[in-house]
Amino acid sequence: MTAEVLSEALTIDKAQEEIVEEFDYLGDWTERYKHIADLGRKLPPFPEDQRLEENKVKGCQSQVWLSGHLNGKQIVFDADSDALIVRGLIALALRVYSGRTPEEILSTPPEFINKIGMSEHLSANRANGLQAVIKQIKRYAVAFQARTETE
Amino acid sequence: MITPYDVAKVRADFPILHRLVNGKPLTYLDNANTTQKPQSVIDAVTDFYTTYNANIHRASHLLGELATRAYEEARVKVQTFLHAADAHEIIYVRNATEGVNLVAQTYGRRNIHAGDEIILSTMEHHANIIPWQLLCAETGAKLRIIPINDAGELMMDEYAKLLSERTKFVGIVHMSNALGTINPIKQVIEMAHAYGVPVLVDAAQSAYHMPIDVQELDCDFLVFSGHKLYGPTGIGVLYGKRALLEEMPPWQGGGDMIATVTFEETTFNEIPYKFEAGTPHIDGAIGLGAAIDYLAGLGMDKISTYENELMAYGTDLLTAVPGLRMIGTARAKASVYSFVLDGIHPYDIGTVLDQEGIAIRTGQHCAHPVMQRFGVPATVRASLGLYNTREELDTLVRGLHTAREIFGE
Ligand SMILES: Cc1ncc(COP(=O)(O)O)c(C=O)c1O
Repeated sequence: MTAEVLSEALTIDKAQEEIVEEFDYLGDWTERYKHIADLGRKLPPFPEDQRLEENKVKGCQSQVWLSGHLNGKQIVFDADSDALIVRGLIALALRVYSGRTPEEILSTPPEFINKIGMSEHLSANRANGLQAVIKQIKRYAVAFQARTETE
Repeated sequence: MITPYDVAKVRADFPILHRLVNGKPLTYLDNANTTQKPQSVIDAVTDFYTTYNANIHRASHLLGELATRAYEEARVKVQTFLHAADAHEIIYVRNATEGVNLVAQTYGRRNIHAGDEIILSTMEHHANIIPWQLLCAETGAKLRIIPINDAGELMMDEYAKLLSERTKFVGIVHMSNALGTINPIKQVIEMAHAYGVPVLVDAAQSAYHMPIDVQELDCDFLVFSGHKLYGPTGIGVLYGKRALLEEMPPWQGGGDMIATVTFEETTFNEIPYKFEAGTPHIDGAIGLGAAIDYLAGLGMDKISTYENELMAYGTDLLTAVPGLRMIGTARAKASVYSFVLDGIHPYDIGTVLDQEGIAIRTGQHCAHPVMQRFGVPATVRASLGLYNTREELDTLVRGLHTAREIFGE
């Protein structure tokens, strides 16, 4: 899976930095959104057996799914949305957070979103899913952390 | 002499229209959600707090007298605006939603029982659905729903079939916020009255687009919100026929709504005060009065004519956009374009338009049954107000082309 391959190559901080650099090369907002739309198109397909009610992230405007499973010490995420921009932003979030340990996830705020000028997608008002996805990723991290500690 | 509608002059009255959004001039096309306020409304509210703030109906001093007078004068302005017979038929509420809830909880609880039926339509806003659902859950009454056709028009023949001896109430939206459809409410009301059934009209959308005459319509109740009528938020109106209001029990209890109180018994104040418990939204009412003055100054009929011309211009532009499907194509329609663009999620369109300084709404517009009826998860909705221009509709269409460029495969 691409997320796993990438995360082996880059630390979580490096992954954020790389995204920021990538966006630095882009021009005005139409270019940024075109790039995000492209990333959205390239997001690996969501496993259909995971398209369950419990994996639906409650976002008001678009439908969003997220599922995560442990792979050794790391959590691997799959996600999807019917809105392309949300898919693209989710793809970025997975580059940062998928294939990481719970500790890494919990100690890393999604700074790249601000830095690439997409902070409005994190506001509660937008209720667009990205905010909810990141929260849900952190919830997975807390849950898996608790599980590995009790084991 | 007939003065032409001068939209440039109108725009000058609305300070917010001159700000930038994301570095672009604001193109405000989210009027069905809420409208912007003219300077005169802002000034009226400021003036109240600056020069005569006091509580109403209770103070024995000059400021209290001035505040009470302004609050009650605004009620008369609403009366005139709606062509009601009597200012006491105008009850201040928080918004259209509260108006419907008041009727459901007072008239409804007293008069609607198990086995009775309440008729609504598929195109109601949730504000005119949920209060009745709650009442049904409480009483065992049932909802019956008038279907709509593919254009988004009420199917009047189906309505005729739903009416029966069991019908105890009809709630109908005058103009749909999700489709723009204007319903033949006069006919809806006549048909209900033939069964002796009262009708509540949800005028949240129509009140700021067209003249309304409650006596001519002969509606029993009518609600609207101040914030959609170029007035402040938190103030709305419930109109009710005097005889009905007088017979209804009060809803909320407290100060101002009583005549005499002992711990054994309370006698209630007369209408409208019986329904206005506690200190009300005084500045809101005063601001609403100023908004009505503003609309009266322009003339509701002129506003309506201007908006209809603008509407037709935009309909032609939008239907020429490749892949655009208009949701709601009623023959009688005003000021709302609800649409989907082939293969592009409404949310994505909204995001791109926002970058261009264009404010529209995407989503289900608090009208889930309408979305279900048309089989769309959500729509993009652009909605017009009295200050919008053809240039703004051109800007909207350019924004849609940008969205197609970004999201087209
Ligand atoms: C047709 C209709 N009815 C009722 C309402 C509810 O208005 P408010 O939220 O101001 O109570 C709205 C607002 O969107 C509406 O469009």
